[in-house]
Amino acid sequence: MSAADLSALRRPNDRLRRRRIVNRGMELLAWLAGAVAVAILAIVVWSVAKRGASELNFDLLTKAPVPFAIGNVKQGLANAFAGSLVIVGLATAMALPVGILVASYVNEFAPRPIRTGVGLTLDVLNGIPAIVVGIFVFGLLVVGHGQSGLAGSFSLAVLMLPLVARATIEVLALVPSSLREASLGLGVPRWRTTLGIVLPQAIGGILTGAVLAVARVAGETAPLLFTSSLVGNSISWSPSHALQSVPVAIFELSESPDPADHARAWAAALVLLVFILVASLSARWLATRNRRKLGRAVR
Amino acid sequence: MSVSSTIQPAVRVETKRQPLPPRERLEQVFDIQDLSAIYGSKPALKGVSMEVYKNLVTAVIGPSGCGKSTFIRCLNRMNDLVPGFHQTGTIRYHGQDVAGKDVDPVAVRRTIGMVFQRPNPFPKSIFDNVAWGLKVLGMKDNLHERVEKALTQAALFDEVKDRLKASGLSLSGGQQQRLCIARAIAVEPDVVLMDEPASALDPIATQAIEQLLHELKSEYSFVIVTHNMQQAARVADMTAFFSISRGEEGHRWGELIEYDATEKIFTAPSDKRTEDYVTGRFG
Repeated sequence: MSAADLSALRRPNDRLRRRRIVNRGMELLAWLAGAVAVAILAIVVWSVAKRGASELNFDLLTKAPVPFAIGNVKQGLANAFAGSLVIVGLATAMALPVGILVASYVNEFAPRPIRTGVGLTLDVLNGIPAIVVGIFVFGLLVVGHGQSGLAGSFSLAVLMLPLVARATIEVLALVPSSLREASLGLGVPRWRTTLGIVLPQAIGGILTGAVLAVARVAGETAPLLFTSSLVGNSISWSPSHALQSVPVAIFELSESPDPADHARAWAAALVLLVFILVASLSARWLATRNRRKLGRAVR
Repeated sequence: MSVSSTIQPAVRVETKRQPLPPRERLEQVFDIQDLSAIYGSKPALKGVSMEVYKNLVTAVIGPSGCGKSTFIRCLNRMNDLVPGFHQTGTIRYHGQDVAGKDVDPVAVRRTIGMVFQRPNPFPKSIFDNVAWGLKVLGMKDNLHERVEKALTQAALFDEVKDRLKASGLSLSGGQQQRLCIARAIAVEPDVVLMDEPASALDPIATQAIEQLLHELKSEYSFVIVTHNMQQAARVADMTAFFSISRGEEGHRWGELIEYDATEKIFTAPSDKRTEDYVTGRFG
């Protein structure tokens, strides 16, 4: 190498140094943004935990609230937890089959114009505010009949449906068409192919979508305010009348003048938060497991 | 237009095989008359007329894009799954027109099976791959025997008999394709269509598949699409040569140029285009 070439190597050092600084700066900014996102979650979890952990005990989870309690009686919120379980459980039982069927129809059987139309409908449905859904179900099921856990479940199911359907559509589209052709080539009818080959292949993704939908809907307050909020204190498992639920309980307790109630609201919020965290993490775990399984199959 | 009595073919044709009896004495499986196929507005095939005979291996050869796959998929109504597909003409299967709108494609596919280019076993165990079709189609009696027979006929049983519960996807490519063949013949079809069954396989696996065709043609009739002329020369009794025709507006479609006994196609074809193709002058 001649002397001229060596000097060419040396000269761009300033430019190189500046490039390195800019690169480092950008990396730092990106890292900071990520840290802010994590920090927000951490702050929320920490402040809820700090205020709620003290009140969190076994009695809270298992005993029903006692009215007009005086002094340091450990109140319970079991009616809210039981009610939420029933309402969310029923909502899932309603939304999951319908969502899977809609997605199967859209992906496997529908002609193109219907496919786009239903996709658009699901997107719009997904964007409808929860309170609007609440008023709608109120007008449909509560007016003239009274509140019920079932009405609450129905409103939550309406909110869950687009989430389940869209997640299922996406997973069904990932199933390779060669599998469908293999089954159809045997003379197996279309519906049997969908039921026996396509859906089982997509089950991981469907479950992920379902869990995410449950996590989303477990904390919805507005629809339940309309449909299932005039409740007593007893623990009830029957959806035919109004059931207490955790988000509504948090709302009511936070409006109360009694600071003990506020503490209980924080505790209930903590339980809800933990539930959503666990649900989201499970959904993630299911998704990774399903991706790995699909990855093997595509070979 | 006939060319010189013998030509130098690009492939050598095995002469050890039994000469075919005259065509009038062969039993027809398919009688295809004036079949044309269109995807949307693009023509794919025009005016195909030929017969397919029982217990023979019929090969469909030709350059890329000449409609071989389209043709074979017309035979078992697989093209119905493609939106915008439209076909005219008749395909008589043992006398019944299977191309008609009032014929149930699912019923057609039960007797006319298909093996695809890329092996596509179900994500189930080896046993279930073969058994699932049997269960769904109501052939549950003697399930184990049926599965074993199908795997044996596909020359796979010995290799997998001690791991029938293993996933079908854990097999090698050649084994997977034999599994797909076993799955197809387990449901006892009459005809098996194969769309380039060995093109994704290595030569050893290809040889295994070709050997299967020799052994199984006594029980089934095969129509196999292949872009490999040597393969057609090795396995086929009858060969159909398709080629691309061009029209106005740049449209291209496939047409059947010549259909005859394999030996004749490769040594003394009647059409110059056939001769050009088999001598490697084009395609």
